[in-house]
Amino acid sequence: MEQACINPIETLAACLISAGATAELASFVQILIGVLLISAFPLVLVILLIWVERKVAARVQDRLGPNRVGPYGLLQNVADAVKLILKEDITPAGADRVIYNAAPIVAMLSVLLIWAVVPFSPAHIGADLSIGLLYFVAISSIGTLAIMMAGWASNNKYALLGAFRVVAQLVSYEVPMVVALLVPVLLAGTLSMQALVRAQIGMWFIVPCLVSAIIFYISNLAETGRAPFDLIEAESELVAGYNIEYSGMKFGLFMANEFMHAFTANLLFAVLFLGGWSGPGAEQYPLLGFVYLMLKTGVVYIFSLILRATVPRVRIDHMMAFNWKFLVPVSIINLLIAALLIQITRLFGIAPAPGETDFVAHLPQALILLLGNLALIGGIIQALRSSGRRDRLAEQARSRADETAIIPAGSGD
Amino acid sequence: MLELNATTLAFFVFAILSVGGALGVVTSRNLIHGAVYLIISLFGGAGFFILLSAPFLAAVQVLVYIGAIAILIIFAVMLTRSMTNMAEVVNRQWWLSALVGALLLLMLAVGVIFPVWGDGGLLPNQPVSDQVATTDELGAAFVGGEDYVLPFEVASLLLTGAMIGAIVLARDTEA
Amino acid sequence: MSLVNEWAFIGVFVAVAWVLPALPLVVARIFQPRKPNAIKMQTYECGVETVGDTWVQFKVQYYIYGLIFLVFDIELIFLFPWAMAYNRLDFFAFGAGFLFIFLLADALIYAWRKNALEWA
Repeated sequence: MEQACINPIETLAACLISAGATAELASFVQILIGVLLISAFPLVLVILLIWVERKVAARVQDRLGPNRVGPYGLLQNVADAVKLILKEDITPAGADRVIYNAAPIVAMLSVLLIWAVVPFSPAHIGADLSIGLLYFVAISSIGTLAIMMAGWASNNKYALLGAFRVVAQLVSYEVPMVVALLVPVLLAGTLSMQALVRAQIGMWFIVPCLVSAIIFYISNLAETGRAPFDLIEAESELVAGYNIEYSGMKFGLFMANEFMHAFTANLLFAVLFLGGWSGPGAEQYPLLGFVYLMLKTGVVYIFSLILRATVPRVRIDHMMAFNWKFLVPVSIINLLIAALLIQITRLFGIAPAPGETDFVAHLPQALILLLGNLALIGGIIQALRSSGRRDRLAEQARSRADETAIIPAGSGD
Repeated sequence: MLELNATTLAFFVFAILSVGGALGVVTSRNLIHGAVYLIISLFGGAGFFILLSAPFLAAVQVLVYIGAIAILIIFAVMLTRSMTNMAEVVNRQWWLSALVGALLLLMLAVGVIFPVWGDGGLLPNQPVSDQVATTDELGAAFVGGEDYVLPFEVASLLLTGAMIGAIVLARDTEA
Repeated sequence: MSLVNEWAFIGVFVAVAWVLPALPLVVARIFQPRKPNAIKMQTYECGVETVGDTWVQFKVQYYIYGLIFLVFDIELIFLFPWAMAYNRLDFFAFGAGFLFIFLLADALIYAWRKNALEWA
């Protein structure tokens, strides 16, 4: 337990004890400072994230983006926040006041709490729970609740309908996400986030769990309500969705929360599939690990931003069908293939020993699993092509009468 | 010293959450408020699991009860027309449910104060077990030997049955 | 010991983290103007006045998705311990897990065939 001066927070506790404080007080102060750091960090970060998002979206659309307030428009979001604070927020007539006001706080809490188990570096993690991954899944499900509360308490049909849709979307996409997460757990044999990262020192999980990584990424886009699954923001159908009656800073919290959630999802992708803080020298210099983690997160985050700026929104029935008829079956098959291949590699003795950090030792098993994943992807593409062809032929037979044959949407290739 | 105090404090916080939430469930006029109180109560329950060194069960409590069942309850309330503002709080069978509740409380109290099961009952002030099983061991127990494989598979069968039943019922009402 | 500390962290986190989003709301409360009037407080529906009760009856399909999700959720809870222990188990564990997941897939196929997965 007694790590030396690796962790600044822990050295503080040691200092406090040597200064005469009791061990309990020292550990409490240590926890409190850790909590304040970890919970305030994403809130500060989100101001920067919104700027990045607006800049990237602007570049994709051949615009400049915010460039007036501060250097490169960096202070634009600070100005926006000040404006939101000075705005009158309206509580609509007939709203359920307590639930209405609690909803944005619960929404933000559900994202902030995830940060408590994110391993930032070998020595920095809020709480390395033995069930860390399950904790993440459980906390994410609270976000659903916040949206339900907001939609119901607003006393608005659009809000309620929007909330219903969002909740249906969130609970549906939670299934493939969790099934996909089981594959890394199979490999690492643990739910502790820190141990999951350590298991990837030899080989990032994206190689042996390629399909899982893709499914996790897609369902995370849906979980965070990002394009192309941004039905939370369906302006054309629901005016705005569950947060239609929110104004001023309460709306601002929902908005900031959405950006923060998107970043958190990408952060978890980096932790679970891209090796988290692992990288050359990360064990010796924990801060380097933090830099690695942020770089990896940045890459996937920028990718999701470009995706958001380029892909159109899907229709809700397509989205639900895509989840239940595609993602869920694929994730289940993927889980079975991975489980089988892991046992086979162990039978032939080419599975790496637990805690193995050597790249070469991981190579055989990872390659076999990767081959399995690629075979699965090939099979999926074949199945989609044949079903697409079937649909097309059926459609042609039906519309032979008139010449304006419509190509069926989602024909698969 | 503080270790003990912190745990005791946490215990009382969770106790207030779960009992207060439960009281809110039975007394609130508004069904949605009732559901929110239920969620608060369930959170208290999750806290107890953590205090009992069963974090897996705490996560299950949050994931299944709060993340799924509470949402389902809210859906069910919404699907039932104008159930959100009930004028009556007490119905005619209130005494029956009060009786059942009192009996259950009595049974629990007797069970806690005079333990009648186990090897002569559990002694007070003795931890239930000093060996804390991990989630890992739970999994090994499920499928490692042949002891619990059957219950494990039957659980899956049960859930499949539940799903089929749910679909049949729900589709029938719509048709 | 360590376990207690880890969870103490989560406990303090819950106690502190909700204050952070509440803070801007309080600040906004202090600085914002407050001039409510009846028209401003009206339910927003693109200029049209709301007809009837907001809490109207909704499609049963939402409820079905909820039910299917619940079943999957509980199944996944069983699979987490299985996956954790998998590394030190043999082919028997694979068989048990396969049967378990197969039954789960069965339920999905049933739901598919019964059109319970359709949005319409």
